[in-house]
Amino acid sequence: MDNMTMIAVASIVIAGITTGFGVVGPALAEGRAVATALTSLAQQPDASATITRTLFVGLAMIESMAIYCLLISLILIFANPFWNHVIAQTAGK
Amino acid sequence: MHLTPDEAIFWQHGFLKLNATIVFTWALMIVLAGGSRLITRNLSFGLERSRWQNLLEIVVTSIEKQIEEVGLSQPRKYLAFLGTLFLFVAAASLCTVIPGYDPPTGSLSTTAALALSVFVAVPFFGIEEQGMRGYLKSYMKPTFIMLPFNIISELSRTLALAVRLFGNMMSGAMIVGILLAITPFIFPIVMTMLGLLTGMVQAYIFSILAAVYIAAGTRAGKPKSAPAQGVEA
Repeated sequence: MDNMTMIAVASIVIAGITTGFGVVGPALAEGRAVATALTSLAQQPDASATITRTLFVGLAMIESMAIYCLLISLILIFANPFWNHVIAQTAGK
Repeated sequence: MHLTPDEAIFWQHGFLKLNATIVFTWALMIVLAGGSRLITRNLSFGLERSRWQNLLEIVVTSIEKQIEEVGLSQPRKYLAFLGTLFLFVAAASLCTVIPGYDPPTGSLSTTAALALSVFVAVPFFGIEEQGMRGYLKSYMKPTFIMLPFNIISELSRTLALAVRLFGNMMSGAMIVGILLAITPFIFPIVMTMLGLLTGMVQAYIFSILAAVYIAAGTRAGKPKSAPAQGVEA
């Protein structure tokens, strides 16, 4: 396998695996966070403003982990520096 | 692949580029500032007021209430900065309904600039509130060993702010773009609605996180009345 093929295969496979496995953790964590928030809302409905706000802040923190994974996948597919370098080399030849 | 509005260049002279990010940022600034100026020209203090003034009052008082709930005791001092953050990001996301518009927050430059201004604002407000020594001492709390970790957490949460907003805005625009190529029209419309929702949520998150960081920076010397919420990135 030459350089170009190896870079392409590695980028594609890793891009798929990154988002595939990377969002499992945040998804489970968000599910637990929402479940706990719902329980505490049921127990104390008059604190709902604070609980909702804290829930959203926490969800954004967890979500940003998944966003990092998506970012890496998108970079690997669309803005891959190794691929661009190899393409420039082949075009230059 | 259209990744960011940075790539759409309208005019170039040497290394000075006028790209879509700058154009849309300035358009947003003009709309927000000019619109507010027009509405607040004849403010009325009584019960009779125009609809637009009512709208602005609702926006300002609810932002002020949110800032107070986060733990900042004098919300008026921070209202200008935090309110501007929220309004800019929210307006940038709302205007995606206009055809031909690309949200400037979909460019890492814009979000990095906003995150850097939060990074500068935290010590600014902290020193204003506690003095230089008091603020610098807050880095050594709870023990002296935590000093490098506190510094690292300052830097990493700034980076997280920038990347979170950029990732959300860029992925929203990109998903709509990809779906337009392969599916019937109803799916991109639904995804655009989802993008609007996440845009508003991200605007709220950005300003609330900035408020929480500022509250953590200005509160350290006082006795803890309420635990700091989620200070690490």
